[in-house]
Amino acid sequence: MTNIEVNTAMKLRTGKRHLREGIKNIFRNGWMTVASIGAVTTTLILVGAFLALMLNLNQMADNIEDDVEIKVLIDLTANESQIKSLGEDIKNIDEVASVKFSSKDEELENLIESMGEEGESWQLFEQDNPLNHAYIIKAEDPVDTIDIANEIKGFEAVQEVNYGKDVVQKLFQFNEYARTIGLVLIAGLVFTAIFLISNTIKITIMARSREIGIMKLVGATNGFIRWPFFIEGLLLGVFGSIIPIAAIIVGYYYLENTLGDKISLSFVELLPFNPFAWQLSLIILAIGAFIGVWGSVMSVRKFLKV
Amino acid sequence: MIQMKDVYKTYANGVTALNGINIDIDQGEFVYIVGPSGAGKSTFIKLMYREVKQSKGTIVINNTDMSELKEKKVPFLRRNIGVIFQDFKLLPKLSVYENVAFALEVIEEAPRNIRKRVMDVLELVGLKNKARFIPDELSGGEQQRVSIARAIVNHPKIVIADEPTGNLDPETSLGIMKVFEEINSKGTTIIMATHSKDIVNTIKKRVIAVEDGLIVRDEHRGEYGYEA
Repeated sequence: MTNIEVNTAMKLRTGKRHLREGIKNIFRNGWMTVASIGAVTTTLILVGAFLALMLNLNQMADNIEDDVEIKVLIDLTANESQIKSLGEDIKNIDEVASVKFSSKDEELENLIESMGEEGESWQLFEQDNPLNHAYIIKAEDPVDTIDIANEIKGFEAVQEVNYGKDVVQKLFQFNEYARTIGLVLIAGLVFTAIFLISNTIKITIMARSREIGIMKLVGATNGFIRWPFFIEGLLLGVFGSIIPIAAIIVGYYYLENTLGDKISLSFVELLPFNPFAWQLSLIILAIGAFIGVWGSVMSVRKFLKV
Repeated sequence: MIQMKDVYKTYANGVTALNGINIDIDQGEFVYIVGPSGAGKSTFIKLMYREVKQSKGTIVINNTDMSELKEKKVPFLRRNIGVIFQDFKLLPKLSVYENVAFALEVIEEAPRNIRKRVMDVLELVGLKNKARFIPDELSGGEQQRVSIARAIVNHPKIVIADEPTGNLDPETSLGIMKVFEEINSKGTTIIMATHSKDIVNTIKKRVIAVEDGLIVRDEHRGEYGYEA
């Protein structure tokens, strides 16, 4: 064998040794392992439930915001070239995502359709349509709606700009608050989780600080000592996320099937089980693995200075 | 092999353990370190495998200047030195076999070699039939022997022993001394701190006496020199 082959073989079997030791430690530490997994489980259930709530609320807020559009009523006296140049001007606003021209006939059709049976009486106007041509505009980011509307007001051949001013303003404000609060809460929760779990793990490792000292005196490098702890932490995190993931999948499935039918407002719509529940599970697994490894490796670091 | 020049050690709490040590120990020597309790024997020994760092002076082990040894390289120094600790320092959750094997896993020995070498060395210290026991299930003397097995299993150049026979009955002590003499005859340097007058006076070797942090006596085939 060449030197490189020998080195790779050595690394491979050392890796296998660390894996074996990490798994063995899970069993050697009995109740401490149970305590750590319990801490991970509890916090991940909280984080998971909260994430599900926040992401759904966020989605609803997005849905509402996506429905916001600006309708520019074009002055009745405007001629074709004025209408065209107005369209160009609107397109040139940076924050505008799309501009759609809607002729007065289309506008009337939409109106009749939206009014259902009552709309029939409007059919009389098909001969002499009193409505305006209109541009329907969507903003790149719905938050810019108000600014865009104000800018368009100053353009020529504009009769009126409609976007439900009061509602939109309050809505955006509310959504912004909701998102900020949610973000802060999630960050706080994850931080607390990390703190809690790393503390539990730290206690289990503290009990082993003497062992770490002994390993160092026998000639083990820091890396050699750290790897089994890394694997142990990873496993603790993964095991700790099993119950939360199961709870999320079952709970969300149940919620969607019962609640989903009762509430049928267009914007109050839960994120679909597939793929949302799976994505959330993956996030929970990742958070679990991360805090397990982080808590373990950070705690062991303290005892490596012998 | 081991050289110390004007070595001082003062601990953080102000206690001065060593007051200017000069020593030169060659490859293959067998040295007893004697002296009353608290004289600085343990500190003297701990300097050799860097559990303790000197405050002043020069220490050269295996041609490595200890004051220039980087923290990262310390494990590699320790792999060439087998240490038998007064309090054994066995890993409590590992079996006898695993404790001894650990010293070989650390140097990334191939698993098939580990098994054979661990069993050989356990046979040498008379613990082959207790390989699966954990330290708590063993007597003090047996734990001592596990510690010895771990120290010598990877054929270190130096074996340092702090009171290796302190907990053993005379018969077992003699067995341990035989093991030391055997590995010494193959060229391993042995440094052994002891309070055993019988051993020092029976198995004659170089004797270094430490008192009040100074070497007060250094003689070949010396006597213990204290009342037991």
